[in-house]
Amino acid sequence: MRVALFATCLVDTVVPQVAMATARLLERLGHEVVVPPGQACCGQMHVNTGYRREAVPIVANHVRAFAGAEAVVSPSGSCVASIHHQQALVLRRAGEDGLAAEAEALAGRTYELSQFLVDVLGVTDVGAYYPHRVTYHPTCHSLRLLRVGDRPLQLLRAVRGLTLVELPAAEQCCGFGGTFSVKNADTSTAMLTDKMANVLSTHAEVCTAGDASCLMHIGGGLSRLRSGTRTVHLAEILASTEDAVTPRQTTEPAVPA
Amino acid sequence: MSAREDVLGRIRTALGERRPDVVVPRDYRATDDRPAAQRLDVLVDRLEDYKASVLRCGPDEVAATVAAALDTGLGAGWQPASVVVAPGVPAGWRPEGTSEDDGRPAVDLAAFAATLTGVAVAIAETGTLVLDGGPLSGRRAVSLLPDCLVCVVETGQVVGSVPEALPRLDPNAPLTMVSGPSATSDIELQRVEGVHGPRTLVVVLVG
Amino acid sequence: MTTTPVRPGETPLAPGAPRSGTTFLGLPTAPRGVGHLRGDRPFPEAARDALRDGQLRANLGHATSTIRAKRAKVVGEVPDWEQLRQAGKALKASTMARLDEHLVELERQVAARGGTVHWARDADEANAIVTRLVQATGADEVVKVKSMATQEIGLNEALESAGITAHETDLAELIVQLGDDAPSHILVPAIHKNRAEIREIFLRTMPGVDPELTDEPRRLAMAARKHLRERFLRARVAISGANFAVAETGTLAVVESEGNGRMCLTLPQTLITVMGIEKLVPTWRDLEVFLQLLPRSSTGERMNPYTSMWSGVTPGDGPQEFHLVLLDNGRTAVLADEVGREALHCIRCSACLNVCPVYERTGGHSYGSVYPGPIGAVLSPQLTGVEDNASLPYASSLCGACYDACPVAIDIPSILVHLRAEHVEAQQRTTPEAAAFRLLSRAMSNPRLWHLTQRAASLGRFLARGKPTMPAALPPPASAWTRSRDLPAPPRETFVQQWTRERGGRS
Repeated sequence: MRVALFATCLVDTVVPQVAMATARLLERLGHEVVVPPGQACCGQMHVNTGYRREAVPIVANHVRAFAGAEAVVSPSGSCVASIHHQQALVLRRAGEDGLAAEAEALAGRTYELSQFLVDVLGVTDVGAYYPHRVTYHPTCHSLRLLRVGDRPLQLLRAVRGLTLVELPAAEQCCGFGGTFSVKNADTSTAMLTDKMANVLSTHAEVCTAGDASCLMHIGGGLSRLRSGTRTVHLAEILASTEDAVTPRQTTEPAVPA
Repeated sequence: MSAREDVLGRIRTALGERRPDVVVPRDYRATDDRPAAQRLDVLVDRLEDYKASVLRCGPDEVAATVAAALDTGLGAGWQPASVVVAPGVPAGWRPEGTSEDDGRPAVDLAAFAATLTGVAVAIAETGTLVLDGGPLSGRRAVSLLPDCLVCVVETGQVVGSVPEALPRLDPNAPLTMVSGPSATSDIELQRVEGVHGPRTLVVVLVG
Repeated sequence: MTTTPVRPGETPLAPGAPRSGTTFLGLPTAPRGVGHLRGDRPFPEAARDALRDGQLRANLGHATSTIRAKRAKVVGEVPDWEQLRQAGKALKASTMARLDEHLVELERQVAARGGTVHWARDADEANAIVTRLVQATGADEVVKVKSMATQEIGLNEALESAGITAHETDLAELIVQLGDDAPSHILVPAIHKNRAEIREIFLRTMPGVDPELTDEPRRLAMAARKHLRERFLRARVAISGANFAVAETGTLAVVESEGNGRMCLTLPQTLITVMGIEKLVPTWRDLEVFLQLLPRSSTGERMNPYTSMWSGVTPGDGPQEFHLVLLDNGRTAVLADEVGREALHCIRCSACLNVCPVYERTGGHSYGSVYPGPIGAVLSPQLTGVEDNASLPYASSLCGACYDACPVAIDIPSILVHLRAEHVEAQQRTTPEAAAFRLLSRAMSNPRLWHLTQRAASLGRFLARGKPTMPAALPPPASAWTRSRDLPAPPRETFVQQWTRERGGRS
């Protein structure tokens, strides 16, 4: 299958290794990956902060960039959720009915990584090897907007060498919430503190999730605590093999395997 | 313009010309498929779960069982005259010497120790008794002020679920749905039984 | 307690300030200077104080986790919960679509059964009507059933200024009233107090209370029973709200637990019910849905201990005089917003508060309105006009737990996002934030400009001086992030750049 990769603005700019891992994983599974160079952002941050008018050209750019793609995959639950639930609405409200119809059609072909692997490709064992103790945080938009359910856990359970430990109060928000983390920084930090306490209680080396944004939040807190527990995106774990353990991660495993 | 006209006018302005036509899906359960015997067990289970006591008896043993219920609620040695009975309660259900509600001022009912009534409907799934203000249920104050409430429920009055109960009730009657003794969860969201309403609820299930 | 909760008092009116705003259709919002819909400071500021209060955090964490577990258990018992939820949602939507017709029908039915219906455009008018009705009976005190509507309009204060004492009879409301405090939860207004604090309030304020009173919840409840018993028996007037009103039959319903509601609805001679115009259901049958949804969502019980229903007056049983006050107070302004009107579907169960990670940590007082939590964050700004509660739509991480828990499936996150946009679009001047978002919008809709912007951002790595994270001391607004979390240093190259470099023009 020819898969168009939507890196998302955050991954592309801040944690490019997540998109690279997604691409390598899909190629390893025998699929052709294309990266439309016109891609930028899904518009979620603008919409969720109240700038829905300003989001219109961003969404239009996204629809243009991915026009003609057979399937679009993205390593971000919240961006895919925005594509599914917000893009067409924003366009329609701005009177862009034609573009809204295109956005709707594109949303129908756009998948979050774990959903694409399990539902479209029908694989749960992607042949990965990752010899670490890992806990999984189901990010809110993956959990409640996309309903990815236990797909990420199915994928993680099939990874060789990986010890999966359950995260207490997993379904509680980490406190990121986009601009919420800045506008309500104190409340956001209080939520993060509880999330980190739960992560650390698992004694996992790695906390993983399907959203780079939430991981940047949790990881930023864990790094500030110098806790030794790192955040690694689900795509990076699934892309890891014996030959290339944790490709291009910013830090080494806290506990040597 | 009157406030009435003003508010109604505002609603019409707010809704505009195009009012959505909403279809209400009613694919939730309308009936309860449990066999009758099981339905009674569910009722008992739910009543007891909410700290009501339940005594079961045959149709000929009602008065004696009500007396036993009053033993449960008031302790042995209760005074029959301190038990007020809704006027429509059959003679065969009443222990000897109890007092029928004589229509005295409502606040004076607080002097009674216990109340005996029937019910209009009972709902198994929620452990609910419905009193409808009729002669069998009595006026509302009767089942409210005395601290112990004894309700006699006949098996034919037991329905499975809320949707089965409402059609049996008169929407214009003064209705009280009772599910267990009065309770509060206002302190640390912990349920504590017994606040202003009867602190003891005993149900006599007949048949 | 390290801080005293601030009563969400109304900001005093500046001379010449308008009493109330209007929406674009000219529909008035709830007036300023009366009632409890507006806080006196923005949410982040109020939340900061609440977050510092360790006792409050502990009380809220304990209470909300208890109720979450109870709710999950009893909702899990119902195999058709989702069907009931969708029916509830549709019923509310269809009610709103014909609200005027249903209200007129309700009025007709109540009047036919001996009740009197009054209409109130706003809080002031409702307070005046109720005060006049109480004065007409000659009573100088009333007993009250817990009611959000009367809290919203500040009825107790209005009665007090007319020399009428209002006794709250719900246990939690009593705790709040005796403690000279403000409610912080829709269902359990004293959720922010633990048993030891409640004991202290009772010992301090209840005349004749047993000095040996312990903090055992049962003992505290018994103290309240004793305190209120005599007030119930002597009361001539009661004031209630309503959970539901059935248009076709004129039936009103109050759902409660303690029996204080039954006392108020049964014993006094006169009953005055204040009800928001959105509380209607069209038919008797519709209650079969809501009586299943509400208790399980609210107290986490299969059914609450007592539900009272009445229509008009019943000779020989209960109050012989009944008044129903139908309250607008900004509701029609909410109705005018096609997205926001869903907030009127709320049945005040408070499930959204109990699952909200923001509410759990900040408590209800931070919201400044009697309607706290997720539903408050969408309802209060709409009732008052969004500019009077502009911080509330942002008081959410948009995690969506509220939407999942809502028994009538109100899409609260979408309404929050909508209200943020309403606020942004209402700004007359360009804020620095708006300027930044506009620039970013231009960049993100033009690939060439976007790549330049990304390249500029990657220069930020020089601030990190080769470390994997940026320095903790960055200027605002980045400082709001770096105060408690590290920010990764941007990489040398973006993914798209690297991909294009490695794979050439192949795409």
